[in-house]
Amino acid sequence: MQFFGGSEISPSPPVPTASGNNAHMMYVFNRNGVCLLYKEWNRPLHTLNPQQDHKLMFGLLFSLKSLTAKMDPTNADKGNLGVPQLPGQGCSFHSFRTNTYKLSFMETPSGIKIILVTHPKTGDLRESLKYIYGLYVEYVVKNPIYSPGSPIKSELFNTALDQYVRSIS
Amino acid sequence: MAPVGPRSGDAIFSSIDRVNAELFTLTYGAIVRQLLTDLEDVDEVNKQLDQMGYNIGIRLIDEFLAKSGVSRCVDFKETAEMIAKVGFKMFLGVTASVSSWDADGTCCSIILEDNPLVDFVELPDTCQGLYYCNVLSGVIRGALEMVSMKTEVTWTRDALRGDDAYELQVKLLKQVAEEYPYKDDE
Repeated sequence: MQFFGGSEISPSPPVPTASGNNAHMMYVFNRNGVCLLYKEWNRPLHTLNPQQDHKLMFGLLFSLKSLTAKMDPTNADKGNLGVPQLPGQGCSFHSFRTNTYKLSFMETPSGIKIILVTHPKTGDLRESLKYIYGLYVEYVVKNPIYSPGSPIKSELFNTALDQYVRSIS
Repeated sequence: MAPVGPRSGDAIFSSIDRVNAELFTLTYGAIVRQLLTDLEDVDEVNKQLDQMGYNIGIRLIDEFLAKSGVSRCVDFKETAEMIAKVGFKMFLGVTASVSSWDADGTCCSIILEDNPLVDFVELPDTCQGLYYCNVLSGVIRGALEMVSMKTEVTWTRDALRGDDAYELQVKLLKQVAEEYPYKDDE
């Protein structure tokens, strides 16, 4: 039987391989496209206002996911492009890389999307995103004051997240 | 890196912090008792317990997903098995069994032989209409709603009312498709 409290967060954090902060920014969205959290560490260029920026990011992921599922050569069961899929249907991508940045993406069946934009040379961050999801569960979901679907204001979560992201190489 | 498969209910149960079972049972009992005093009507208490369960369920799902490593279920059958074998084990320390599927695979029963919520409980004559464990049906409904399954969860057997086990009927009403949430580009 299990309740609130300091249970360990699984999986335990992957060991960072080098020091230094490679992260540019991070987004957390819920299924309704509400940006629960936006954090930036190193972003010299802003071209849009924050709302437009969040919307564009969400739209990019939504469309890209739909496109990747459409192009899947292994699965016959796919609808028309743009037709809504059931959650968990179709394949999904976990990262893409350009010459200037890498975007890592995780989506849970409950519709939480975690996006981390880092230096293009960053390695596989799937385990790290899972760990961040664990932080979200411990510090946000289990916080009785937090009302689901609202932007996250938890100091504790922010601190833990900042510390962890800075340790990712 | 090989994808890590879902962890078993037992493995998760043994790796997380737990509270004393009696404390848990008595706390739940105290809540139900207080609701009966405050609301004075058994049906209202049933409703309130269901609502409390729902509020728990919509949060619980994230903890379930994060700790179990479950990524997706292919169909409702697998979902029901997952609730019975992993979910109940992880949060209540008991396992349930799934049976009585209908022909379309959208309705089934989850049967609990052992229910830690009801230790020390006897329903007095004045509370015969009470679904003492109604919080559980709310939890399942809330958790499934977060993974886009609208369900209806009802008690079909309740040992406190003289049946031989606890049985929840879970009926899948519809699966909600993923939609682009913004209306248009305003």
